[in-house]
Order: sequence, then C-alpha cells, then structure tokens
Amino acid sequence: MTKKKMTLTLPVEENMSPGHLACQGCGAGIAMRVTLKALGKNAVLTFPACCWTIIDGPFPYSSVEVPLLHTAFETTAAAAAGIKAAMNVLGNKDTIVAGWAGDGGTFDIGLQALSGAAERNDDVFYFCYDNEAYMNTGIQRSGATPYGAWTTTTPVNHFKKESKKSIDDIVSAHKVPYHATASVAYPEDLLKKILKAKEIRGFKFIHILAPCPPGWKSKPEHTVKLARLAVQTGIFPLYEVEAGVYKQTIKTPKRKPVIEYLKLQGRFRHLTSDDVKTIQEMVDERYAELEERFNKGKQ
Amino acid sequence: MAKDRKKIEFKGIEELPPMAMSLKSMAANETGSWRNIRPVINYDKCINCMICWKFCPDAAVDIINEEPVINLTFCKGCAICAEECPTDAIDMVKEGR
Amino acid sequence: MKKVIMGNHALSYGATLARVQVIAAYPITPQTQVVELLSEIVADKKLDAEFIKVESEHSAMAACIGASTAGARTFTATSSQGLALMHELLHWAAGARLPIVMANINRALAPPWSIWTDQNDSLSQRDTGWMQFYCQSNQEVIDTLIQAYKVSEQVLMPSMIILDAFSLSHTYEIVDIPDKDLVDEFLPPFNFKYKLDVNEPRAFSGLTTPDWYMEFRVKMHEAQRSAIDIIKKEGKLFGKMFGREYSTVDPYMTDDAEIIMITSGTAASTARYTVDLLRKKGIKVGNLRMRVLRPFPFDDVRNYLSKAQKVVIIDRNISFGYHGIWSQEVKSALYGYSDVPVFSFIAGLGGRDIFPSTIEGIINKVVKLDKPEKDLYWVEVRK
Repeated sequence: MTKKKMTLTLPVEENMSPGHLACQGCGAGIAMRVTLKALGKNAVLTFPACCWTIIDGPFPYSSVEVPLLHTAFETTAAAAAGIKAAMNVLGNKDTIVAGWAGDGGTFDIGLQALSGAAERNDDVFYFCYDNEAYMNTGIQRSGATPYGAWTTTTPVNHFKKESKKSIDDIVSAHKVPYHATASVAYPEDLLKKILKAKEIRGFKFIHILAPCPPGWKSKPEHTVKLARLAVQTGIFPLYEVEAGVYKQTIKTPKRKPVIEYLKLQGRFRHLTSDDVKTIQEMVDERYAELEERFNKGKQ
Repeated sequence: MAKDRKKIEFKGIEELPPMAMSLKSMAANETGSWRNIRPVINYDKCINCMICWKFCPDAAVDIINEEPVINLTFCKGCAICAEECPTDAIDMVKEGR
Repeated sequence: MKKVIMGNHALSYGATLARVQVIAAYPITPQTQVVELLSEIVADKKLDAEFIKVESEHSAMAACIGASTAGARTFTATSSQGLALMHELLHWAAGARLPIVMANINRALAPPWSIWTDQNDSLSQRDTGWMQFYCQSNQEVIDTLIQAYKVSEQVLMPSMIILDAFSLSHTYEIVDIPDKDLVDEFLPPFNFKYKLDVNEPRAFSGLTTPDWYMEFRVKMHEAQRSAIDIIKKEGKLFGKMFGREYSTVDPYMTDDAEIIMITSGTAASTARYTVDLLRKKGIKVGNLRMRVLRPFPFDDVRNYLSKAQKVVIIDRNISFGYHGIWSQEVKSALYGYSDVPVFSFIAGLGGRDIFPSTIEGIINKVVKLDKPEKDLYWVEVRK
C-alpha cells in the first residue's frame, strides 16, 4: 500500500480529554468531540441531567476543556439564555454559549425552555445529542424513541407504538434563523454546519443522532455504521434549514431498506416483517415530506 | 488543566472550593483498564487516512509523526476504529491470557 | 429623594440602584408592577441590563443561575405559585453558592386560588438555603434589596426579599429613594471569583460522591451562619450612610414588656400600633418584629425574650399537622434557654385582615391564661 500523506478533515486540536466515563463505542462521545473541535476554546457549555452529566466526570474532574455549567433537567435553554445575557452585559460578545442536552432533556422535560429560547431568538447554540431514550437512567422511553423500539418502559409486548416526536419541525415552527440535523457518522458535515452557524446571530439548533450500544442493544463497533445507515435509509436525513429554506446536505438518492439498519439493533429484534413494513412506510412518507421541502429550497 | 493526568487529593474541608467545581482533567482516569480487546494497527496496511483518529469517541488515537497510534492508557476497546478502517489495517486482539 | 411609590416599584428602583445586570422574570399577580417598571427602566437605558422575558418562573431562576455563574448581578421577582414552581432551582442556586437576590411577594398558595397575602409560600422555602428578609414598609424594601446584594455577595448565598401582597406591594408610601452615588459607595460591583471563564475553564456543580457532598453542605451552613454578623454590620453601615439602620430583629417596647409578641411583615406594623393602644390600657406588651428568618437569629431572639413572662407568636402561615412556622422556629430557639410560655396564634391566612382589634383580642385572651391550653389558637375563624 502506498502511504498517503495524512490529511485531517477535522481540526486537530482536542478540546476534550480522554479518560471520560462514556461507554465503549458511545455515539455521544463522538458527537461531543467533534462539536468541541468546531466550537473552539472560546465557548461555554451548559448540560442538563443527561449522559454527559456523568460522562464528563465527577467533582473535582472534568473532561471538556471549556467552562461548563451543570444545571437542572428542564433548564438547558433557559440557563444558556442567562449565560449569554450575562456575557453580553459584561461586554463579552464573542464567547459562544451552547446548551448541550440529550433527547429527554430536549423533546420532553426541556421542551418548554427550548421553545421559550427559540421564540425569543436567544443568541445561543442548542445541541441535542439524540440516543432515542432516557439512557442515563437506564434506557426508558422518551418522546424521541422511534416506533417499534424496545425500552425498559416499552417492553417487547408493548413496544413503542408512538412515532418519534418531530423536534426538528417543532423548532422550525419557531422560525429560528438556523437549525440542522447531523449524525456522528458524518463529522465533516456536522463541523461544516457548526462553523456556518457560528456566523449567525440568534437561536441555532443542531440535532445529532448518537447511537448508544447498551440502549440500542447494538455492538459498540457498529456505532458509526448505525449512524451512517440511519442516514442512508432515510430514517435520519441530514439537512440544514437557514431562514426557513431546507437544504439536504448528505444526498441519499437510492435509499437503503430500513431492515439494514434495524437488523443490527437488539431493540428491534422482536419486530415482525409487518412491523418492518410499517416502519418502511413511515420512513418513506416522512422522507417524501422532507424531499418536497428540499425541492422548494432549490427554487 | 488540559491533559494533566494528576489526581487530586483533598486533605480537609479547607482545601475544598466553596462550591463543587472541577479542578483537574479526567485524563487522570486511565480507562484503558476497561477493555478486553485492544486494537493493533498493521502499519503495512495503514494509509494514514486518519479515519480511526476521527471516529474515536475517547480521543484515544494519537497522531505521532503523521501516523495514528492507539493510546492504550485510554483505549476502551470499542473497536469502532477496526470496523471503520477502509483497508482493514486494524485487528482486535484479546487482552490477557 | 422622596417619592410616593408602591412596594413593587420600591423593588424596581432598588434593583436599578443595585445596578443589576441580568433580570429574568415571569409575570404573576401581585408582582407584575416590579417587572413592568424594570422593563421600562431597561428600555429607557436607565439601567445597563438584559431583561430575559422567560416563559416560566422555573426558567426565570434557571436563567438567573446561568447569568450569575457567568458573573453578572442578577434579579428576579415572583410570588406563591411562581415561587413554588421555582422550588427545585432555589435549592440549586443555594447549592451553587450564587448570590442571586429575588423578591417574593407573599401570596397565599392555591388551591383554592387566592391573590391575597399570607406567608406559606416563602416559609415553605426555608430549607432551600436562601436567606430570607421580611419587610414591613416600602422604605425597608428598597433599603433591604440593596443590603441583600452586599450580604449575598460576601457569603455567596442567595437572598429573598419578602413583602406582603397588596398590603405592601400595592400600597403607596413615602419612600426616600437612596442617592445613586451613595449606593455605589455602599455596594461595590459584583466581582465573582468562580465564574464561567474561558481563560480558566471549570465545570460547575458536577457529580459529587458521598466522599465530599457533605462538606459542601457544611460550607453552605457556615456561610449562612456567618451572615448574621454581616447582616448586622451592613445594616449598621447602611444606617450611618443613609440614616436608617437595620438588624435581624426590630424590637418595640420589649425592655419592660411582660408579654412580647412575635410578628413579621405588615402585621408587625399593626402590632406596634396595638402595643401603644394596649399600653394605654395598662397592659405591658411589646413587639419583636422578625426581619430575618434565615439565618435564624438565635441569640437575638433569646436575648429579647429572656425577660418576658409570656411570648405570643402571631403566624400568618401554617405547617399543616403542626402549627405556625415562626412558632416552630422561636420555640426551638428558646428550648434549653427559657421555659417562658409560648402562645401560638394563626391569623390572616389568605389575606384575611389583621386589625388592631384582632391583636387586642389575642392579647386579651393571653392575659387571662397562665400558659397555653392549646398548641395552636385560630384567630377570628368562623365556628
């Protein structure tokens, strides 16, 4: 093999130390690492109760190398708004303020604060790393849990029959200047989105799919593969919305069948072929909906 | 504070800050003990694409002389690097006897 | 400069003089005028502050926590249901050692809905770690708000300024608004040593194991206890600079009193007036107004009550299944120090008026008894 010259597609500087407490193969670990590279050192984070509350490490240690405020479960967006207001008054307009919350703290208990901050167009980032359940407390279902998934509160005989809450549409309805979806399998795409959003003033929401091996009952080595398949099957399309205009950032002209994604996860093992068909139809419907918006955006 | 691997021991209440705040890096926590398989890079096959470095959730792949080097102090053995390597240059090898 | 203003506006002017930098508030009767005037003041650029119009009281306190950790002087105001909604975060602000100052208008808790005054809302929060100051006049409100920032920023514990709904919040009184430059001399800018700073990145309030959690609680308690002296010191300094001195308690004719009443808020003003009436009738009664609930002024309570023959506590609140909360506090302070009989009365819940005649009735009853025959006496309730 000819040795190619090394080219890095992400900034080389690490703003997160190893030694943190994420599980082996944690999607949220990849998400944070890439996000911190994009944000740089001039940033402040706030976490609600979520996996990263624990991952970052106990007192007196921390893994992230930016200032961090741990805050109560419901409050991410409100705390971020408060931090930003303080920095403004203190004359610091450059430091980026970012809320970093899990799906539970965004779709469910944190929804009110998120809506408030989005409506006020507070000049903050809001990152939701979505592992599709309350993983930190032991895999209970959340509003982000997809149709068909096993969780401890949607056991196999009562698997989740409700669809995943469409947080992106909810945020979109607030007419925020920028929101996007991302996946840990496409870190360059996530990086590009964050760098673009950094130049925008107002509320910026980025929804990152972060697979969770213990919660999804998948192999740790498959985390990136699953995050890629989610995009390639159209289950989690990657796009950005700037001032209401939709643009798909990772094209998926020939979508893979959803079974490719579902079969690698134990949380879907109980599904019958009819269930899989239902899921395929749901995904097709939603993808068609988004395609219309992508096409409108191209005009 | 970055990458400082020192642990911190408080001798008494006077040494505590007034509120819980971090004073040192989690790099003091050597997570290498977690794994039961470890990645071994075959440098003959490696093309320096750095995909292993890119995807490591633990930032446990160092870049030394423009080559990826697994940091065994922290590597948890998740095997994402081995799975994603485009030239199959990484083998996962059992730890211990 | 003297102005005729309502209690709520005394808070707005106080916050302006204290140069608060971030305000996050949600409207609730009877607090609305506080934030309405502050909105105008901020919009007119008479105060260099950011006003976040949050979508709930819980978010109001969350935003204050964020802003305070970032190093800004913060303010919010609320009442009853709003305070109750903030409860989780009251614990948070105190545990995070943030010198946030908040105004609470004492309003009865629902259900049933009520907008009138009683103290259950603030007294239910006495274990959260917040210092609590109960005001009896609009002058005291504006003066205490300024002093509270100075005390909080020294001990790093948050403060609550408390005033009665309508009796104070909406009542117009003459207030001598402190001079701006003199306030600047009294209250230096907020300079937080432990803030969110990219030059010294720290993670605040991370998971703390049983190894160290308890020591943090010890520090919080000691901070509050140390505040007793600081409250008195700053109250004295305020007196020197502004002509009105404040302490933890406010005694009236207690030196030779045989019966001493314990009251707080506007009921204390009425009690003082009634002391004069009763003295004319030959009853040697005095009033000890409680200004500070937390940190509890044990020494002052013990000293002032030491020579009384009877102590009468008038609570405008109740801890169901027990009796009034000030009663619990005072009785526990006296335990081991004095066996003076303590009579616990509950009056004025849900805004029911406490008239001078109400208090006369209470004292007339006590005069006839050697010691309390009941744990709790309900005042002027229908049979």
